[in-house]
Amino acid sequence: MTERRRFLALGISSLVIASLSLTACGTRASSAPGDAGAKKVVKIGVIAPLSGGLSSMGTGIQNSVDLAVKQANASNALAGWTIQIDAQDDQASPDVGKNAATKLAGDKDVVAVVGPLNSSVGQAIQPILDPSKIPLVSPANTNPTLTRGAEASTNPKRTYTSYFRTCTTDAIQGPFAAQYLLNAGIKKVATVHDKKAYGQGLVTEFTKAFTAGGGTIVAAETVNPDDKDFAAVIAKIKPTAPQALYYGGEHPVSSLLTKQMKDAGLKIPLMGGDGMYDPAYITNGGSATAGDLVTSVGAPAESLPSAQQFVSDYKAAGYSSGYSTYGLYAYDAANAIINALKVSLPTASDATSARAATVDALGKVNFQGASGNVSFDEFGDNRTRVLTVYKVENGAWVANTTDEVK
Amino acid sequence: MMDLFLQQLVNGLSLGALYALIAVGYTVVYGIVQLINFAHGEIFMVGAFGAYTTWVVIGRPTDLSPGEALGVVLPLMILGGVAVSVSVALLMERLAYRPLRGAPRLAPLITAIGISIALQEIVRLFFGRLPGFPDSRQNVAFPSVRGISGASTRIGEVLVPNSAIFTLVALALCTAFLWFFVNRTAIGRAMQATSQDPDTARLMGIDVDRVIVTAFGLGAVLAAVAGVAHGLRYNAIDFQMGFMAGMKAFTAAVLGGIGNINGAVVGGLVLGVAESMATTFIPGQFGGSAWKDVWAFAILILVLVFRPQGLLGAKVVDRA
Repeated sequence: MTERRRFLALGISSLVIASLSLTACGTRASSAPGDAGAKKVVKIGVIAPLSGGLSSMGTGIQNSVDLAVKQANASNALAGWTIQIDAQDDQASPDVGKNAATKLAGDKDVVAVVGPLNSSVGQAIQPILDPSKIPLVSPANTNPTLTRGAEASTNPKRTYTSYFRTCTTDAIQGPFAAQYLLNAGIKKVATVHDKKAYGQGLVTEFTKAFTAGGGTIVAAETVNPDDKDFAAVIAKIKPTAPQALYYGGEHPVSSLLTKQMKDAGLKIPLMGGDGMYDPAYITNGGSATAGDLVTSVGAPAESLPSAQQFVSDYKAAGYSSGYSTYGLYAYDAANAIINALKVSLPTASDATSARAATVDALGKVNFQGASGNVSFDEFGDNRTRVLTVYKVENGAWVANTTDEVK
Repeated sequence: MMDLFLQQLVNGLSLGALYALIAVGYTVVYGIVQLINFAHGEIFMVGAFGAYTTWVVIGRPTDLSPGEALGVVLPLMILGGVAVSVSVALLMERLAYRPLRGAPRLAPLITAIGISIALQEIVRLFFGRLPGFPDSRQNVAFPSVRGISGASTRIGEVLVPNSAIFTLVALALCTAFLWFFVNRTAIGRAMQATSQDPDTARLMGIDVDRVIVTAFGLGAVLAAVAGVAHGLRYNAIDFQMGFMAGMKAFTAAVLGGIGNINGAVVGGLVLGVAESMATTFIPGQFGGSAWKDVWAFAILILVLVFRPQGLLGAKVVDRA
């Protein structure tokens, strides 16, 4: 009897362990060592959500970094070194992200990390990677405080010198959305956010700019990121008769929100930030998404000659899922790192000793990336600040207005 | 204001009905074996995926007439979901709980959490690998059933989504079925006897193992119905959907009196209504949706302080 019980317990625990380790193996991208005869190995880590509601965006980041790495290896960009990619799933959770960052920091071959997707995860892993001097280049964190400190707008101070990002921030995205709505003659807006760093940042910046421009916020509500039922919130907002709803958060929530909002007879456009700019928003929200709006970083991929090369290379590489919202920026983040490695690696004996020099070199990179020119200012923000408003038309995101914010 | 009140009442009742359907599973199992089955949220989740699988197996029918959709496809989906939920629940009972029957109470609690994680991972990793199935690591779009998905009925100034009507009707039917089962069948009476005193029940010739399996099965049937209702309400299902729903349903079961079936239904409805009312009618900074869970749990704490046995109290005889 005890024999059988022990056997069962073993069975169950091994099931759990197997499922956990499978997750780890399943997400590891295979970069063939190829001719790694005498070549030394250097790893670029990726931290992004590879499962859960945001995995479409995370997988796009992983694949785009993988593409940049494959191209660099093929062109022998770093003489004497082979680049490998080590992708870790953060499940969009700060805690899981911390574990992933700790794991990467402990790997002597890791020289830099691309990621994460969520600002809240970025906040959690900055202090883990910084002491090891591992540069973290995010393609998607848009919260201003990550580069400029807690008083981002009044008294900017750089907190972590090893942190950079290729995308623009909410300090620009929120006001850009506010301006767009004001220009469209909309004066009354309800705001909702999901209490996460990203959503709250967006709504804060939006509210400031919208009220300064003469608009009124008629209702300010919050939801939980794992909620699925918003009927109560919608019923509360409806009597305030807003002309649009501005949502700070990501598409798994906003696709449900827009659907339930329109089912409840509140037929106004929902506008959000880049966390919503994903085909999945339209798939999950269905016809309710028609006319909804987002701001997203950069110019539409199809309008940039530099991006078209990336798009066709990505297609040719045959990944099973699309590059999503941040593919361009992840590709540029990886190339920024590779450009910095060209400076830092030749004088280094191994990957670990090149880390600090890579941080310094990253601050000085300046190249024409897929999303436009990539170079970082004194805070680690990308100097190129282009934004686009997209609108859902006939079941797809269509670029509406593109503008550079000076 | 009255309209808003009625609208929130409808919202709250339909959300509560979903909690209640899941809560019954916690309560029935607890009433018989004093075990909080923390993997029950995942039984609800696999039920939803079972219903989705059934829809794929019968050839992904779309654009049906309302009659075909409501008369043929939806019942088949519910049956498929029930079949999957019940099989998983029985397997779980056999592998994870029965071997630990005499063990200290903490042991089955830990295996429950293990099973919960394992089931989530199995769906996450393998469901999407079946040929022709969507990637289950993301939200899976639930098939839309004509007449329910996205449709709503207007009663005066109140808009009632048809999915809410489905959930409430399902709860009413399931509650009636449960009442009949527990009070009018031999196995139901055996369940009552076992919950009062398992040892004496065994002496009277009741097959206690069979009673326990029945309890797990009953809970799974209702959880699967809830899984379908969830899919119809939100048009999307995902491998993590069981966690939060399970937590809320467990709260509802405790609120109503863990071990009491009627209590689970009342507790679910009270919790749902409390959440939606708190969003609207609590003024100032403590109102709003940010605080809804706070108020839901505040009600739970208040009830437990003044009625530790829950709103309706448990039918479990206290065994010190």
